[in-house]
Order: sequence, then C-alpha cells, then structure tokens
Amino acid sequence: MTANEALPLAVIASSLLPGLAIFALPERSVALRSALNLFGALAKLALVATLLAGVAAGEDYAFRYAVLPGIDLAFKADALALLFVTLSAVLWLFTTLYAIGYLENAPHRSRFFGFFSLCVTATMGIAMAANLFTFFIFYELLTLATFPLVVHRGTPQAMRGGTIYLAYTLLGGTLLLAGIVWLNALAGHAEFAHGGYLAAGDAPNWQMQVIFLLLIAGVGVKAAIVPLHGWLPQAMVAPAPVSALLHAVAVVKAGAFGIVRIVYEVYGIEFAQSLDLLAPLAVFAAVTIVWGSFRALFQDDLKKRLAFSTVSQVSYIVLGVALFGPLGTVGGLVHLVHQGIMKITLFFCAGNFAETLGIHKVSEMDGAGRRMPLTTLAFSIGALGMMGAPVTAGAVSKAWLADGAEAAGMDWAIWVLWTSSLLNAAYFLPILWRAWLRPAPAAWPEERIVARGRRETAWLLLLPPLVTAIMTLAAGMFAESPGSPLEWAKLIAAREYRVAH
Amino acid sequence: MTDPLPWLILLPLLWATGAFLLGPARGARLALAGTAVQLWLAFALAAKVSSAGTALHHPVGGWGAPLGIDLAADGLAALLLILTQFVALPLFLYARAYFAGKSPAFWPLAGFLLAGMNALFLSADLFNLYVTLELVGLAAVGLVAMGGGAQQLAAALRYLFATLVGSGLYLLGVALIYGVFGTVSITALTPLVTADAPPAVWFAAGLMLAGLMAKTALFPFHYWLPPAHGGAPAPVSALLSALVVKASFYLILRLWLHPFAPLTQVAAWLPALLGGAAILWGSWQAIRAERLKELVAWSTVAQLGYLFLIFPLLGADRLALHAGGMQVVAHGLAKAAMFAAVGVLIQVTGRDAVADVAGVAARLPVTLFAFGLAGITLMGLPPSGGFLAKWMLIDAALLRGRWDMVVVILAGGLLAAVYVFRVLRQAFLLPSSGERRRVERRPVATLEWTAFALAAASVLVGLRGMEILRLLEAGT
Repeated sequence: MTANEALPLAVIASSLLPGLAIFALPERSVALRSALNLFGALAKLALVATLLAGVAAGEDYAFRYAVLPGIDLAFKADALALLFVTLSAVLWLFTTLYAIGYLENAPHRSRFFGFFSLCVTATMGIAMAANLFTFFIFYELLTLATFPLVVHRGTPQAMRGGTIYLAYTLLGGTLLLAGIVWLNALAGHAEFAHGGYLAAGDAPNWQMQVIFLLLIAGVGVKAAIVPLHGWLPQAMVAPAPVSALLHAVAVVKAGAFGIVRIVYEVYGIEFAQSLDLLAPLAVFAAVTIVWGSFRALFQDDLKKRLAFSTVSQVSYIVLGVALFGPLGTVGGLVHLVHQGIMKITLFFCAGNFAETLGIHKVSEMDGAGRRMPLTTLAFSIGALGMMGAPVTAGAVSKAWLADGAEAAGMDWAIWVLWTSSLLNAAYFLPILWRAWLRPAPAAWPEERIVARGRRETAWLLLLPPLVTAIMTLAAGMFAESPGSPLEWAKLIAAREYRVAH
Repeated sequence: MTDPLPWLILLPLLWATGAFLLGPARGARLALAGTAVQLWLAFALAAKVSSAGTALHHPVGGWGAPLGIDLAADGLAALLLILTQFVALPLFLYARAYFAGKSPAFWPLAGFLLAGMNALFLSADLFNLYVTLELVGLAAVGLVAMGGGAQQLAAALRYLFATLVGSGLYLLGVALIYGVFGTVSITALTPLVTADAPPAVWFAAGLMLAGLMAKTALFPFHYWLPPAHGGAPAPVSALLSALVVKASFYLILRLWLHPFAPLTQVAAWLPALLGGAAILWGSWQAIRAERLKELVAWSTVAQLGYLFLIFPLLGADRLALHAGGMQVVAHGLAKAAMFAAVGVLIQVTGRDAVADVAGVAARLPVTLFAFGLAGITLMGLPPSGGFLAKWMLIDAALLRGRWDMVVVILAGGLLAAVYVFRVLRQAFLLPSSGERRRVERRPVATLEWTAFALAAASVLVGLRGMEILRLLEAGT
C-alpha cells in the first residue's frame, strides 16, 4: 500500500479507532477519554492538512477494496471531498472540546463520545466515497451512529425525536438504495467523475429521471428539503453538541454533499440540465428556503428556531447546485462550509444559554447579553452571518448565489434569496434586540454556572463558539485570500466545469 | 487425517458419545475441542475445494457410488460446513456458561445434531440425505424438549409433527424416484431427469420439495417455528434458528439446481411468492410480538423468506445464487448472535418481554451492541453480509424486471428496522424508578462476548464477500 492509498484510510481511522477504544473505556476515565478524543481530532487535522497540500498540487489519493465482483469499496480524496472533510475535521475538534465541557459529570459519556467518533468517521467516508456504493455504506452508518446520540437523554421526548429521525432517514436510505442499485443495473458500476459518468444513451430518459428523483429524495431527507424536513426540528431534543453535529458537522451536510456529488459527478451538470432535472430541483430548494425561514419566525423555542433556520440555509447549497453555471456552483459549495461554521456557532451559543442560565426560549432571552456578553457576541456574529450581513461569511455565499442566479437567467431565485434574508432578519433580530437591549429579569430560569469575573461560563463552553465566530468573520473578510473556503470552492468549480465545457 | 470429509461426520459423533458417557462438565470441554477441530477441517476443506475449483468426492470405505456411499463436497457444501462449525463453536462456549453444567442432555444432542448436519451437507444421494434429515430433525426436537416445561414439550411435539411430515413427504418422493430410475445418486439422476419425465417424477419432486419447505418453515408451513424456537433455551434457539433450518434449505437448493432443474422452471414463482409472504407476515408478527424470543423467532420466519426469493432469479449470472449463499451465512451469524443476546437480556432482567428491557443500554452495553449489530445484518444495512445479499438480490430482480420483488425486499428491510429498533429504543429509555429498584442478576461475561463476537462476524463478513462468492463458484 502506497502512502497515497493509505492517507484516505488514515483519515477514517483517526476517528474510528479512538471511537472504538472509547467504547471500551470505563465511565470514570475522563482524562484518558478526552486525551483519545483530542488526539484523534488533532491527528485527523494533521492528515487533512497533508491531503490539502497534496490535492492543491495535483496529487491523487485513492484506495480501493473489492467487496463484490466489479463493486469496490473505494475512497478518493479529491478537491470536493476535502472541502467537506476539512469542514468536518475542524468542526469536530471544536465540537469535541465543547462536548467535553458540556457533558461534564453527565452519565454515559463513553457511549456518547464513541458514537460521536463513529459519526465523524461516517462523515469522512461519505466525503471521500468514490462511488455510490461506498457513499451509501457510510450514509447508512451515519444514520445508525447518530441515533444513539439523538436519544442520548433517554427521555420519552428524546425517544420520540429519535424515532421520527429514524423513520425519515431509514426511509430515505431505502429510496437511495433502490436508486443506486437501479442505476448500477442500467449503467454498470462506475465511479464519480468530473462532468458525470452517465450519458444520454445509457437508458431511457424517463428511467434516468426517476432514478434521479429516488437518489435526490434519498439524500434530500438528510438535507432536510421540504417536504422531507420533518425530522430536523424534532431532533433538537438532543444535547447541544449533537445538534451541532446534526446541523453543521455531519448529517444535513452529508445530505447536501450527496446532492452535489449526484448532480455534478454522477449525472453531470450538462446531462442533468438536458434531462430537465435542475429547474425542479431549484424550485424545491427555493420552496425550502422560504418555508424554513417562514416557520422559524413562529418558534419560541430557541433551538427549534435554529433548526428551521437550518432547513432554510441548507437549501442555499442545493439552490447553488441547481443553478446551471459555475457562479452558482461556487456559491453553493462555499455555503456548505459557511453554513457549517455559522450554524455551529449558533448552536454552541444556544447550548451555553441553556446550560448556564437555563434559557431555552427566545422569550427568556431578555438581558442575556449583559450576563453573557461573549456568548451573545458570538451568537450575534452567527446570526448576522445567516442574514448575509457584510463582512460575514454569509454575505459571500449570498453574493455568489445571486450572481449565479443572474448568470443562469433565473432571476426569480434572486427574489427568493432576498425574501429569505428579510425573513432571517425578522427571526434573528428580535433575539439580538432582547439579548442586548432589554433589561435582565430578576432571576434566570435556572442558573447553573455562576459568573466569576470575566468568565461568564465554563471555558470549554465559551472558547468553541468564539473561535467559530471569528472564523465566520475571517471567511467573510479574507474570502479572496488563498486558502479560504471561497478559493477552494472556485478550484472545485473550475475542475467540474473544465470537463463540462 | 488426509481427507476431512469423513472426519467432519465422525468427530461430532465421537464427542457426542463421549459427552453422554462423561457427563456435562467434561462433555462440554470435549465438544469445544471437537468443534474447534471441525472448524479447522471445514476451512481446510474449503481451501481444497476452492483451489480445485470442482467438487471433492470421498468413497466411504473405498466403495463409491453406485454400490457404496459417496461423500461429496462442493463450494456450497463447504460454505455451509464452515458456517455450521463457525456458529456452533461460540454457541457451545455460550451454552457451557449458560447451562453451567445443569443440562446433561445438551451436549450429546448437540453432537448428534452437528453430525447430522455435516453429513447432510456431504451426502451425495437422496436416501442418505433422508437419513441425515431425520437425524437432524430428531436431535433438534430433543433439544427443544430438553427444557422439560409443559410449553416446551407442546412446542417440541408440534415441531416433531412438522419435521416428521416433512421428511415423510421427502421419503415418499425418494421412493417414487427410485421406482422410476432405479438410482438415488444425485450425480446419476441429473442427466436422467428431463422435462418430459413421467408424471411420477413430477409428483415426487413436488412431494420432496414441499416436505423440505415445511421443514424450512416457509410460509405457510411456519406455524411450528415460533413456539419451538421461541420456547427453547437460548443456546438451543440460536442453533435451531441459525443453522438447522438452513440444512433443509440447502437441500432444496441442491435439488433445485441439479436433478430437478428441468422440472422446477415452471413453478419457480411459487416459492418466491411464499417467500415474499413470509417476509411481510413474519416481520409483521415480529413487530407485534410481546416477548423478546418470540420477536426473534418471527424474524427468522421473515428472513427465511428472502432465501426463497432467489428461485425465479437463478440464472447464468449467478447473482441470485450468490445472494442466497450470502444470506444464509449472514442470517446464520446474525440470528445466532441475536438469540444469544436476547438470552442474556432475559437472564439479567429475569423477564422475557420487550417492555422490560428499558434502560438496559446503560447496564449491558456489550449485549445491546450485539443485538444492534445483528439487527444491522437483518435490516440489510451496510457493510453487513445481509446488505450484500440484499444488494445482489435487488440487482438480480432488476435485471429480470421483477419490480414486485424489489419492493418486497426493500419493504422487508424497513419492517426489520421497525422490530429491531423497537427493542433498541426501549433499551435506551430511562427505566422508571420502580424498575430500577428491581434486583437483577449480573451478566456473565462469556455470554455477552460470545453474542458480540457472532454479531460482529455477521457484519464483518460483508468485507469477505469475494471469498464467499469464489467458494460458491467451486463446482456448485
């Protein structure tokens, strides 16, 4: 095995092996567990950095293992894979730190961190899968590994959320499987390729269209496209680090990423366009964007409001993919990263409000900014980013998406973006107003961590959102610098379209 | 020991006799040692078959067919031999800890069961196959009756009835075949049976296959299985559900592929139809089951259904045959694991009810993992062997335009998810304070880890798919 084959495997192993080891640890070995977690996360980052440097220089990293005749378990660390791998690896580190702080003294931490590592492992597999078969394996592994996290608290509400989550995702997985095997039977077993591997003669058009529908519905469940989004607001019963995982690091991202792979590297953007598949996809994305934002307006539960916001924001990625043209592609891809860092900031902060002061509802947020200025600051940056305010990452995404819509001649999509921005402002600004400008109540709902000097809450809870908030700003301000998510998205788009055009 | 074939039959007979004479404590040790050697022999045989690429023959006592008894092993037989010993070995470890020397009948019966199964896989003529079928059936009934309770005896009697009717029908068919052709050797029969065979041969084939389907508990002959498998002690349930039903299925497949191939084409839809019904009905009953073991037993009824879907899909591309072989292996491992895990759950909570596993996730993580991993295989989720089997089955159905079957296969997976997660969900639930106070037995580590090992094997076998398929190609 050469180094170029071993590296993708090492990226997967760097969370799989610590995860398996953590399962075996007794509950009380906190230090060893944390050390294992952090070692895995840091090792993964180092490996990812090596990969990034190599791929930028044009290296190929691939590994394959025959499972069935003609069907391989295959990994490929290409530019698109690394976009997702890097996002997840970075956010995994911060989520791990956060979770160590969040779950201090909570029961069943070995189980929690074990499954947490498995989730990240599955995400790495999804990102680096070189064919639909491999993609499916890790896509289902992700479903299975997140279930114990969603039901972690063991309460009846958690069970309800978990059951709904499973019902949606397993059904989605079944549709995906049907689509993949069908496609396999028609077009043979092929690997993802720039510009897609399907061509007009492979099968009757209607079959191609139905398969596309099956595949997109399958991954659309995790991407929470309306009407397949019902699980996401229910799953917010999970602990805050799990919400971060669902909304930013792994699950909805896996769905959105799947759509990117299917459109660009299975069908190919041109072929998908010639089958009239992109316009309906764009319409679904647009409906999801508006509907998610609209529903968010009426949620008093903070996490639920954020969950509906995710429904809306993830479909920006889908919209970007469905816009025919490189500008939209760049906008969609870069939003994959931007949405991740912004949303994880918001969920970290929501977790801090809940853990420190017992605030779960928007109506309880009055004066929270004075008691927890740094958390509220981070929250504000995330929220402004979601609205697309200047100098944040969100502004970059929206600008590219709007340009993409214009270039594709889909002016209505610009109106969708504007409407959504207005709705975003309408559901985020009241929170900021309450937190910063309203007086604090006489007593917080349930104050669990008392402020000491400058320390408004535990350090491990405070640092991660601050870092991701800074990243939100940096991704906006230094968008044109080398190494930024935007530059990487441009690199991917250039490689996708170099073949297509 | 140059030739593994006869030893695979003799060894279990030897240790069964030994266990009968020496008592359960030493008997268990003998059984474990013997089964370990058998496992090694089975692997050696598979390696030989695989490298030879054709079936191996062994004339017993130097007298081969047509006068003497011929033993034969092709890839399919070798695969089932490995599976049988591979599942039996951890289950015997499990049984030793489970019975803790209290069940003297288990070891001799288990030995005869294994001897019968191994002989069945290696037999090359229809009459010897009948003898092995009876040996397996009687040993299995004995194991079910071993518990001695009124319910277990009733289940054993029902089981005895079903197995006797099944092998009776089979024997009748064999007699008819012998009357027409004057031989019972499978090799000799294969060129003789053609589509224009006399009606007696058609009738005989129908009787034999119907008898075997009854023994395999194919819907609607499944009625005996849930009480028998659900009522026996956990290690016995595991042996029966994982292995014994596969023996008669193996025989159906063997007859279908070879002597009866010209006859069966016309009726290939029938087993598939019944198999589809078994998947839906078995899963539905598992979803409704109140008791854990009942749930797992009904799941067997459903999972056996997949095996019968392959018959109309058998063809030159061999996808369906591969899917069947993979499903036999995956289900064998997973079902043994699941019964073993459920055995621990029942032992620790003291009750056999789905509702009573609340909170078990925290106390029995290893057992619950075993249950979950086995469940992954049963649901057909990747990377398990069950997933590969399902993948190939869907592929085969699509290639022949059988959309109805694709829908049944996919629906079966979802239904399996419902009954598997019914238990997992309950296990993650925090127990109520009353339940928490209940005194519980501590779990025995051997029981937990053997269940886990079997479950892990059922998932990881998916990564050895190529070897399994290569073995199936050898002379089958």
